[in-house]
Amino acid sequence: MLNILTQHWSDLWSGLLFTLGSSLVALVGSLVIGTVFALLEISPYKALRVIGKIYVEVFRNIPLLVITMFFYVVIPMYIAKVNGFTSGTIGLTIYTSAFIAETVRAGIEAVDEGQMEAARSNGLSYLQAMTHIIFPQAIKITIPPLGNQFINLVKNSSVLAFVAGFDLMYQGNLIVSTTFNTTDTYIVIGLLYLVLTLPLSYFMRYLEKRWA
Amino acid sequence: MQNFIHAYSWLNMHYLLQGLGVTVLVSVVSIVFSFIIGGCLGLLRYVNIKYLSPIVGFVIDIIRNLPLLLIIFFTYFGLPNLGLKPDVIPATILAMTVFESAMVAEIIRSGIAAVDPGQMEGARSVGLSYAQTMWRIVLPQAIKKMIPPLVSQFVSLIKDTSLATIIMLPELMYHAQIIYGQNTNYVIPMFVMLAILYFIVCYALSLLSRLLDRRLSA
Repeated sequence: MLNILTQHWSDLWSGLLFTLGSSLVALVGSLVIGTVFALLEISPYKALRVIGKIYVEVFRNIPLLVITMFFYVVIPMYIAKVNGFTSGTIGLTIYTSAFIAETVRAGIEAVDEGQMEAARSNGLSYLQAMTHIIFPQAIKITIPPLGNQFINLVKNSSVLAFVAGFDLMYQGNLIVSTTFNTTDTYIVIGLLYLVLTLPLSYFMRYLEKRWA
Repeated sequence: MQNFIHAYSWLNMHYLLQGLGVTVLVSVVSIVFSFIIGGCLGLLRYVNIKYLSPIVGFVIDIIRNLPLLLIIFFTYFGLPNLGLKPDVIPATILAMTVFESAMVAEIIRSGIAAVDPGQMEGARSVGLSYAQTMWRIVLPQAIKKMIPPLVSQFVSLIKDTSLATIIMLPELMYHAQIIYGQNTNYVIPMFVMLAILYFIVCYALSLLSRLLDRRLSA
């Protein structure tokens, strides 16, 4: 097991970086998209609410792999040549944004209604009340579930292996195809994933307990 | 439009539905197994038996924090090295069950933990035994809290069966890939159909849970 770690360290390290990079880019992207759709879902206009709802329900009920493969197969056919890493990260972003939209929406709705009413009656506009009053309070509620979403993202980024995205799982399969040592390689890959996810998972549990 | 009509020929649709059958089969078996095993593990972790519960808890945390894809690879390609060679369908069910049991165990544990401790104390002080209190007072209240996260976990399970295409499980995604592999005109129609079929199955499960939820709270 150790010799896999030492002999293939540079491959594993680059895989780790690609996994982390893809997860971080997807996290930022899906936070932006997710927040937009969360705002649509709670907006005062019915048409916007319907759009938000449809987006969330559709992407929550379709497998990540289907979304990722769609971008991997369809974009190069009709639009532009993109590599596996890019299409995989786009797929991850869109899939995760639906979950983040739900998290953010729940966080905003958990803020007492009186806050919005009071802010509005003090003369703030809807947007000002949202950004200055509601968001800062909602963020604290949303951070633990968002952390869990990030853990899911790191785990889900293993679908990059399907689209040659150079991530940890992909490097693992390359190592398997040269060494044929499946058991040890997958254990090493598992340990590397745990290095990323386990500390974060315990930290989020600690935050949940402390802020509860 | 012509592409869509050709892509959805009876032969292709039949093949896709066959795949959907495998998806549903694997999902249902994994849901049943992981509900039973995960329930036991979650309870075991909650009741806090010395030495045993922390070890179980640690193993659950490790499995929960691994990618399912890795567990699938390990069961199908790693286990034969250790002398066990499962077939594709049992291997997928095994991998899904191991992963989902850990997820379910965590949901069950936190569901029970969310019940007000006063309930347990009240019931014990009226003279019910620990087991009676658990079974008649705490669990019925906890189940209500568990249903929404459990259902979304099982929806994830159904979606995640698609990952088993990588070990060539003949399920929906794999069959769709075979069909669009034959003709590039079928790519978009196949992805549309995949989205529709997965959506129907997953959404039906969510609706079922909403119905169940209303029944329980009524």
